[in-house]
Amino acid sequence: MAPKVSRRGLLGGGVAAAGVAGAFAAGRGTAAEDTATEAVSSYPFRGAQQAGIVTPAQDRLHFVALDVTTDDREQLVDLLRRWTAAAERMTAGGSAGPVGPVEGATDVPPDDTGEAIGLPASRLTITFGFGPTLFRDRDGKDRFAIADQRPEALEPLPHFRGDIDDPARSGGDICIQACADDPQVAVHAIRNLVRMGFGVTAVRWSQLGFGRTSTTSTSQSTPRNLFGFKDGTANVKAEEAKALDEHVWVGDGDDDSAAWLAGGSYLVTRRINMTIEVWDRQPLGDQERFVGRTKDAGAPLSGGDEFTEPDFDLPARNGPIIPLDAHVRIVHPDQNDGARMLRRGYNFVDGSDDIGGLDAGLFFIAYVRDPRTHFIPVQRQMAASDALMEYLKFTGSALFAVPPGVAAGQYVGQGLFG
Amino acid sequence: MNLTPTLTVALLSALALSACGTESTKPGEKGDARSLTVSSTDDACEVSASDAPAGTLNFAVTNKGDQVTEFYLLAEDGLRILGEVEGIGPKASKTLTVTVPAGGYVTACKPGMVGEGIRADFEVTGSDEKVEVSADEQELIEQATNNYRAYVQDQTAQLLEKTKEFVELYKSGDSDDQARALYPIAREHWERIETVAESFGDLDPKMDAREADVDFAAGEKWTGWHAIEKDLWPARAEKYTAWPPQQRATYADDLLANTVELDKRVQATGKGALEYPLDSIANGSRGLLEEVATGKVTGEEEFWSRTDLWDFQANVDGARIAFEGVQPVLETKDPELAEQLTTRFAQLDELLDSHRKGDGFVLYFELTGDDINALAAAVNALSEPLSHLTAAVVS
Repeated sequence: MAPKVSRRGLLGGGVAAAGVAGAFAAGRGTAAEDTATEAVSSYPFRGAQQAGIVTPAQDRLHFVALDVTTDDREQLVDLLRRWTAAAERMTAGGSAGPVGPVEGATDVPPDDTGEAIGLPASRLTITFGFGPTLFRDRDGKDRFAIADQRPEALEPLPHFRGDIDDPARSGGDICIQACADDPQVAVHAIRNLVRMGFGVTAVRWSQLGFGRTSTTSTSQSTPRNLFGFKDGTANVKAEEAKALDEHVWVGDGDDDSAAWLAGGSYLVTRRINMTIEVWDRQPLGDQERFVGRTKDAGAPLSGGDEFTEPDFDLPARNGPIIPLDAHVRIVHPDQNDGARMLRRGYNFVDGSDDIGGLDAGLFFIAYVRDPRTHFIPVQRQMAASDALMEYLKFTGSALFAVPPGVAAGQYVGQGLFG
Repeated sequence: MNLTPTLTVALLSALALSACGTESTKPGEKGDARSLTVSSTDDACEVSASDAPAGTLNFAVTNKGDQVTEFYLLAEDGLRILGEVEGIGPKASKTLTVTVPAGGYVTACKPGMVGEGIRADFEVTGSDEKVEVSADEQELIEQATNNYRAYVQDQTAQLLEKTKEFVELYKSGDSDDQARALYPIAREHWERIETVAESFGDLDPKMDAREADVDFAAGEKWTGWHAIEKDLWPARAEKYTAWPPQQRATYADDLLANTVELDKRVQATGKGALEYPLDSIANGSRGLLEEVATGKVTGEEEFWSRTDLWDFQANVDGARIAFEGVQPVLETKDPELAEQLTTRFAQLDELLDSHRKGDGFVLYFELTGDDINALAAAVNALSEPLSHLTAAVVS
């Protein structure tokens, strides 16, 4: 096996760091790039759960949905093995391929594309998921002899009111979520994984996100979405072990035909365009009534600070002070049988649309234990009665089953294919 | 859909009494005798001073109690409201800005929104600042309200007439060309008052839903104008089966019945009558331009018939009528804004005129990318100043 070359080692012209995954992580702990706020500079790829779910949300995203272009199960399994090895290297700050961007022979293309030379791991996480069409393709064919292990809840999401169904931005056989503090590191990861997949997989759609809109840890402050409001205040956080078991991780007995998914999760993505220009013309008081929170502090209109529980009954003139169609009311667990989600969305701006408006919004990502109880009813409720719907267009939609973490010596999805 | 023409009692009475109160959530400037702070608790209402010089006063009200509170500035008689802010949640702040001449006044906090509130005398002393309060303003407001009511009632009556005609043509089965010709013309009357029509949350989804607005998986049915539109223009539909006469009749009768109900509500007098306070007329104007920006300029509204420009023009007509209704009031408050809006409405109308063909317009697909960009730019140019209309007329 060729020596693994760390990108930072290359920058300094130093000796290549070699060894097992744990050594990479430990070596990174003292990296000079560490900032005061982020003591951790890398997360190991292997673990009980995949990284990139409860991991404190990084600032940047590159998300890709792929279709499998072969019917050959062995080729697919081989790719999963190669992806696992590459993900393990890259999340540790190393190169995509075993050789590296400049270490190989000069008469062949490098096995790493090189744009991350000199960049640290940047807390990169790479998270894999499997879509409904991997189990049965659009013609109903069970290409990889796994249809009998399809999780019951892994059905394509239904059409919700206001959805602009665009197949070119929806669905996919496999998804890869790459999150990092440096956009170049996230893009590097997806670019190289996509490249490795040619012949087995092809890109269906991809999405860049430039600013996290959720906190997944109590150590993080709440960021703002492109409406200018704080988002993700009431998110399920990494520190809430019990809530994670109840709302995020698939339990042992949840689905007997898909035991491989226990300890994993379901991943919902929704590309939500905001009609930015129209929103910007709404008076501040109206904006706050649509959301149900103040714009400045993010406090519920019923008073207190950001983390005060909203009082939905507090009366004002003409009804409660938090209006009946306010976003915070419509999606609150109290109004949805207690269902909570771990949201991990990102702001996106994909340039401008045909008429000069920002093609921008929120790329919504949520991890849930069961989309039938934790996502679909909430989205249906929102589509029916949320005041924000006036300013939103849903332009993409997908659901994936995210297998549990990858143990030493295993490849991602081995529980399903092994 | 948030632009309901319901009567905001307190706001309307405040306006009718020629006061100039507005609210904002920003506290007033500090260190100025006209900038006061008010601390409202469940049993106290502390105003930072008991007097101020005449002019534009800012009361920054902070709620330090546990209930929702309100703050009022009343005339000396304790009855006439000069300005008020409502809906101040616990720990929240809002500012009342009100322009008053010298004289005796009363301040009041109303924690829990009940009773006459916690009151105190307040004195406004003479100053050099000129305080204008127009005696004619109430008349202008009444005129605007009456005119707009008459306009909405007229449009609904015409909508009902044309819908009857359209439904007959469509049901007959042998007059589809005539039905297609009448479709955009009948709908103009809907589009001109769309923000009022949409305020009937039970009727709007039955009458004007687009296919994407329907949650079929939850068992909802698609009815109304656009369902019939698809049946009349199935060219863009995949594997579409035309409706048999019986189904046509069902959908047509349903649309007509809902239109009759809409007209009944709009024409109601007495207790059930709709009210059109100044702010709802101004908000309606803004709302109609938003409809243009999100649905018409993008060609999403009339996906099957491609008659988006009829709707576009009708939305702009409705917005302009609403603006012109409040214009006399605006002229007294912000003549520059009035002039800018007049100019921008004229520019947009002129641009729309360039796409006229025969008695109507070209179809959406006949517009070039440049045409659409120019229309979108004109909508933005008008919408930005229009978003300041409501605050300006109720100030």
